[in-house]
Amino acid sequence: MVPVGACLGLSAVLFGIGLIGFLSRRNIILMLVSVEIMLNAVNVSLAGFSRQLQDQRGQVLALFVIAVAAAEAAVGLGLVLALSRNRPGVNVEDLTQLKW
Amino acid sequence: MPPGITFGDFYNILPELVLTAGSLVVLIADVLLPRRSGGWLAWITLIVIGATLASLVPFRETRVEVANGLIAVDQFALFFKVVFLGAAALTVLMSVRYLEIEGASPGEYYFLILCATLGMMIMAGGIDLITIFIGLETMAVSFYILAGFIKPNQRSNEAAVKYFLLGAFSLGILLYGMSLMYGLSGTTNLRVMAMTFAGQESDPRLILAVMLVAAGVGFKIAAVPFHMWAPDVYEGAPTPITAFLSVGSTAASFAMLLRIFLEGLPSMKPEWRVLFEGLAIVTMTVGNLAALTQSNLKRMLAYSSIAHAGYVLIGVVAGTPRGVAAMLIYVLVYAFMQLGAFIVIVLMRRQDIVGDELKDFSGLHVRHPFAAFAMLMFMLSLGGIPPTAGFMGKFWLFGAAIDAGYVWLAVIGVLNSAISLYYYIRIVVFMYVKKETAGSEPTMSPALGIALAVAVIATIALGVYPRLLFELAEASARTLGAAAITTAIR
Repeated sequence: MVPVGACLGLSAVLFGIGLIGFLSRRNIILMLVSVEIMLNAVNVSLAGFSRQLQDQRGQVLALFVIAVAAAEAAVGLGLVLALSRNRPGVNVEDLTQLKW
Repeated sequence: MPPGITFGDFYNILPELVLTAGSLVVLIADVLLPRRSGGWLAWITLIVIGATLASLVPFRETRVEVANGLIAVDQFALFFKVVFLGAAALTVLMSVRYLEIEGASPGEYYFLILCATLGMMIMAGGIDLITIFIGLETMAVSFYILAGFIKPNQRSNEAAVKYFLLGAFSLGILLYGMSLMYGLSGTTNLRVMAMTFAGQESDPRLILAVMLVAAGVGFKIAAVPFHMWAPDVYEGAPTPITAFLSVGSTAASFAMLLRIFLEGLPSMKPEWRVLFEGLAIVTMTVGNLAALTQSNLKRMLAYSSIAHAGYVLIGVVAGTPRGVAAMLIYVLVYAFMQLGAFIVIVLMRRQDIVGDELKDFSGLHVRHPFAAFAMLMFMLSLGGIPPTAGFMGKFWLFGAAIDAGYVWLAVIGVLNSAISLYYYIRIVVFMYVKKETAGSEPTMSPALGIALAVAVIATIALGVYPRLLFELAEASARTLGAAAITTAIR
């Protein structure tokens, strides 16, 4: 039996990694990966809480988060594809048509 | 053991079901109708919106929780649903010619607009973290695609990618806050959560959750310092989508904010009040100051919409039924004036001219007197000048703040309105005083004409005769908050 504290600790570490990754990376794909790590941190914490509380709702929410993360990744990659068709490169520094 | 979902639950979400079915009809019609029939699709979409509005009628007095507390059907949700559907209808009307000029395929476009509206309706009704999250994402994912809908246009691509990245990032922050709320209360239902937290001492973990959720919502309403995506996305996205984004998405996010904080976390009121107080002041001031220097109209309206989000936050700080009622009024009034301003910008879009630069508006009153007059009304309303609806909206908001003892917050709001007049009046000066520039004439289409007329009439009528609206808003606001919680005990 894994203690809930360990789940939350793992979740916090993962969330931190995702957060720092998103803020420091300049490649759109890697930023997307960082966001996915953040969402998975949420899933770990939801599953941990759900186990501790003996309540299913947290796991239901986690399932929805997984589904939505997949949908978001599909849309996001589609948008990046549309962008890279019009011009090479997938770095946010290239996004200069509009003032960032 | 909670009872399962009954047949009655399906009846109570009838408007959502109608909208879902209707959006699928639009998608099928796109395949069946011959190519180049965008006009027809727009009318089908309008019929779907009309049918959804009609299906809201039986629920005027309803006040129930659907599916064991997943969605609430009450007047608060109803008010927002009417705003969303009205905004969607105006957006469809202004999209017809815009899509023809841009050469984009209309089928998926209208489908996605309906999907986004569906998401907003679920957000307004959701009283459970799961439902709110699903609604939010239904709306957000639709908007990511819509922002990048003009695929050959690099600016549209760029706007979509920026919106997507920051939207996904803010979702992660919001969800982390939600997971903490769940862990500390043991439930995802906001009303049960409020009862669990009632009387508890403030827990530092809960304060962290409040801050994370506030940051996540702050991104969605474009509150400073979470606003940096807004100007870029507003400028790059297709103009009707910018309009819908600034009205619908912001309104839905305010509904979500009120549900989470007033229904779910009333025990934390002292903490989140301070938070939103700071956000409101910074948002108003930064939004207005940044708008002063803009020469692109869409970008200027982006900063102005940030400033307006700051005004609406004053209502959250007040946190009284009167404050909530003032927010509802402002959201409705703002929908008409903001959409109206964007309709005029769409009108300026011609084959050869984008029409969103300030200089494009030079001497507009000679070339198109009605458009110039309409724009004048919208600018006066956005600035909060008396005979228009914008004045009434600000009047109730600042009144609610003074009522709740936040006199100086109202003073800052008034000072900000004064600053904002500078850049609104500048457009009027361009339209009425400057010499006209050469270029093709803006031409009216029937759909645009209807949309513009509706927006102008609403902007003036709500300013001249606000009494009825206020009573409606106050009745809606009363269904939220403490009164609602006592009825939710099970």
